[in-house]
Amino acid sequence: MRLLALASRRLLASLPTLLLVLVGLFLLLQLAPGDTVDALTAQIGGGDPAMMEQLRQFYGLDVSVPIQLGRYLWRLVQLDLGFSSIYGKPVASVILERLPVTLLLMLSSLLLAIAAGTALGILAARRVHRWPDTLISTLGLVFYATPSFWFGLMSIVLFSIYLGWLPPGGFEEIGGGLTGLARAMDIATHMLLPTVTLALIFLAIYLRIMRASMLEVMTLDYVRTARAKGLGEAGVLLRHALRNALLPMVTLIGLQAGTLLGGAVVVESVFALPGLGRLAYDAVTQRDLNTLLGIVFVSALLVIAVNLVVDLLYARLDPRIGGRA
Amino acid sequence: MSTLGRFLRNPAGLIGLLLLLLVVAAALSAPSLYPDDPLRLAGRPLQWPLTNPRFPLGTDNTGRDIAAEILHGARISLAIGLVATLLSVTIGIAVGALAGYYGGWVDDALMRIAEMFQILPNFLLLLVLVAVFGSEIGTVTLAIGLVSWPASARLTRAEFLTLRQREFIEACRTLGMRDAQIILREILPNALPPVIVYAGVVMATAILLESALAFLNLSDPNVPSWGNLIGAGRAVLRVQWYVSAIPGLAILVTVLAVSLVGQGLNDALNPRLRGRP
Repeated sequence: MRLLALASRRLLASLPTLLLVLVGLFLLLQLAPGDTVDALTAQIGGGDPAMMEQLRQFYGLDVSVPIQLGRYLWRLVQLDLGFSSIYGKPVASVILERLPVTLLLMLSSLLLAIAAGTALGILAARRVHRWPDTLISTLGLVFYATPSFWFGLMSIVLFSIYLGWLPPGGFEEIGGGLTGLARAMDIATHMLLPTVTLALIFLAIYLRIMRASMLEVMTLDYVRTARAKGLGEAGVLLRHALRNALLPMVTLIGLQAGTLLGGAVVVESVFALPGLGRLAYDAVTQRDLNTLLGIVFVSALLVIAVNLVVDLLYARLDPRIGGRA
Repeated sequence: MSTLGRFLRNPAGLIGLLLLLLVVAAALSAPSLYPDDPLRLAGRPLQWPLTNPRFPLGTDNTGRDIAAEILHGARISLAIGLVATLLSVTIGIAVGALAGYYGGWVDDALMRIAEMFQILPNFLLLLVLVAVFGSEIGTVTLAIGLVSWPASARLTRAEFLTLRQREFIEACRTLGMRDAQIILREILPNALPPVIVYAGVVMATAILLESALAFLNLSDPNVPSWGNLIGAGRAVLRVQWYVSAIPGLAILVTVLAVSLVGQGLNDALNPRLRGRP
């Protein structure tokens, strides 16, 4: 219960920040050259001023900026994100269509990065300053320096073009008519390369953090105590050291939730995945500002949600935190 | 041992420094080795590397000399990295110093702003800024600097929070020194080392951000940026994959160099860490 109180207080504290972000972005987008109507008429090849005036009235662009802002915020409260001029649908439904792909990509990459980062970090810490450590640490540095989109392209060249093992892009076979398990397998083969590509940078960061905190924890008294009472090495490692060594990594996951989402934008573009990031890119190039604002809103919500989960996880790993609240 | 000596004895820092010197040498030699515009048509398009002695790294799909683009690209990447980092770290230090030194409502307000930036995915904010202000290279650099300051602000703030409690600062106050003097001459020099080390990370991220933006065709198309070249090579990825592969390696080497130097500095400036496993 105390945990829940802590979490909800954190959630409430992030609401004013979210409001400020939205107001700031709304005003920022007022500076953009051209409005929705300009983009719309440009797409249908120009229109006469009377019609454009009518359209502005329809989209509520004929009133002053403060009133527009007020209306915008009021619509947000009702979870109405406005109308996408490019897709001809409400922004909320466009985003909802794309959200699952991005969530799947983010979640699978995060899990891969955590699992591989933890395992490699422990391995490096166990063999510190010997060749496994040097190899793993070097790999970590190289992964960190690799531009994800370039790694994605090169993996397409190797695995899709030369070896022909995996599809070069897309979310699933179009018109394959697959259902159930076959469809899941199809999606999995499509998601394998994007997941590895997005996970790489985070894997590099997590393994470094894991190695450092593992080295730190292994020198502490309670680890010596655990050894002294005759616990096996695996028991010491997994039940005593790992739990504490995980804390810095969990903190980092929360801090980097935004970076993960930003990385998804690039990776989705490389692999032509119909996700939120791809949508953001299209919204920028086609000047669909309503959609862009909606995506930013949803991303901010996602970051807040991830941080909430991280808070709960943190309190679960370290009971002292729940008590301090 | 001096900081420099410690830095040079560290293999990571030394390799990083050598790689960085290589990139700087490439950037400096670009105007004399390839005095012509690297974006001009140089020869028949899509010649593989090592097949024509005139083009050691081959030509891309529009017939530009890849070697010239790589060398000139080093100038662009280093310039963007340096300017964006300088901007980001300066904002970060200013915000962090004020928040950490004064505390109270100043701290609350400034940290709320930093939180606003952290709630938004950096790259998404960058897309918004580019959509609004255009993708001219100066604008892009400025935008990268603007989206990446909160981390250095938090770092500076944390240093200031501990340092302002110390006795030598109390002594300064008793001596009647003004706040500006205490901040700039007493606390800042002590708070700076971790921020300088972190600047390596900021610079690596800045270079990666610009290349990702350029890859998506959202950066300045009129400069020979490595990301632009990777994006162009995408059209011929199926067969002439070297067009994308070569500039990617250049980015990898540069970012690796910057982060290794940062790590070397970290180890050299934190002698306490020496001898620890």
